[in-house]
Amino acid sequence: MIRIRLLWLIFLALMFTGCTGNDESWHGKDISGLMPELEFRLEGTDGNTVTPADSRGTIRLLYFGFTSCPDVCPTTLTDLRRSVGQLPEEYRDDVTTLFVSVDPRRDTPERLASYVDFFGDRVVGMTAEEPALRELTKRYRTTFGYDKPDSSGNYNVSHSSAVYVFDRSGNARLLLRPGLSPEQISEDLAQLARESG
Amino acid sequence: MPVSSYLLPYDFSPLTLLSYMLVLGFYGAALLRMPEQDRPGSGRIVTFTLGVMLCYAVMQTRFDYYSQYMFFVHRGQHLILHHLGPILIALSNPLPVMRFWYQKILPSVRYWLQPLGWIYRILQQPFIASFLFVGLIYFWLWPSIHFDAMLSRQLYWIMNWSMLLDGLLFWWLIFDPRSPAVTNALGYGKRILLLALVAIPQMILGAWIVFSRGMVYDVYEVCGRAWPMPPETDQLLGGLLTWIPPAMMSILGILIVLRRAMHEDGKFPKSRSLAGGNA
Repeated sequence: MIRIRLLWLIFLALMFTGCTGNDESWHGKDISGLMPELEFRLEGTDGNTVTPADSRGTIRLLYFGFTSCPDVCPTTLTDLRRSVGQLPEEYRDDVTTLFVSVDPRRDTPERLASYVDFFGDRVVGMTAEEPALRELTKRYRTTFGYDKPDSSGNYNVSHSSAVYVFDRSGNARLLLRPGLSPEQISEDLAQLARESG
Repeated sequence: MPVSSYLLPYDFSPLTLLSYMLVLGFYGAALLRMPEQDRPGSGRIVTFTLGVMLCYAVMQTRFDYYSQYMFFVHRGQHLILHHLGPILIALSNPLPVMRFWYQKILPSVRYWLQPLGWIYRILQQPFIASFLFVGLIYFWLWPSIHFDAMLSRQLYWIMNWSMLLDGLLFWWLIFDPRSPAVTNALGYGKRILLLALVAIPQMILGAWIVFSRGMVYDVYEVCGRAWPMPPETDQLLGGLLTWIPPAMMSILGILIVLRRAMHEDGKFPKSRSLAGGNA
């Protein structure tokens, strides 16, 4: 019985040390070590292939969406634009937003180009055939799905509502869940820009 | 989508495939080579294979994809890994097969396997076994831990394997075919008590998920669902799957153990007192 109690205590001690080991200094969710580094090969709005090398050295914000998205995507992209705008001036050019459309049937390069231009200069619109998108979303443990089209051919698309943040070396660092204010996102980005700047 | 893509794994894990092949391979080889009188009947073989294949199906087919992106499918996956699959495997009584292979192991190797036996006996202490059984469900459903587990590929695999292994340990303890009257297997009364005890925290957790107004597991919202479904519906269904089927399985387990206890009643008058002396 004493041995059992001892095991109990050890188990509890282990559990609690596991809980308190968190670094609480980010507003977003720290995903260091949970996810693989940034890697993709997609089609850009000008028809060229886009890879992480094109935005090397900057902080990358990866977001999955579609241009017909009624509310979540525009809100998120607007928030990102505002949070980058609130950064200290020297860091504003150090953040690249990567918008990946998971609706390649409707999102042609032209449509994607005019959409991302609306949300700032350093926003890159990209998409690919569905299998390539499936590979990429699987890598970041997210997915997307399509609803049945209505009578006029419109359909809803389920997709991730979070923004994946990668540091200058391309390591996955933060996951920005919906509900963060632009100020909070900006603080996180500034902290990230300073540490690897 | 072609049918084959539903049967192929979403996230292929060579280690998982190998483990299942080894289990089925060793089971089949033992069936062919063991003496007639020890060999399990066809009903037991089917039950065993069904249990193993169910667990394989939820880990290495398209089902796994839906489990990763729908909360209620994930609850269904754990229901099979932690309850239904192990229950079928334990009820099929693979003990003769294990005994067959154990006798083939060289004595020197058996000596080195001893620590495994010690760990097994510690884990099978009734208190530790039931604590682990319920504790693991609570651990992996703890919202922040659940979030990490669904984001990290490694954690996800650890989660599913730990659920399966713990399920096997617990249900083997409950459905151990050896009679407590003549061996040191757990007494029937204690088995019934454990089944009732583990049901209560699972019902509380399930009910809590069902009646939660807010989003408890937002990772499915964050990572996108397999198809557009209202988050409340997903959470409600998941909560019900955590609540009702495990409670029913506890009751079914109690009935099975009760039936066995009644069958054995008065069968071992002499050895009962002997076993009592040892306990």
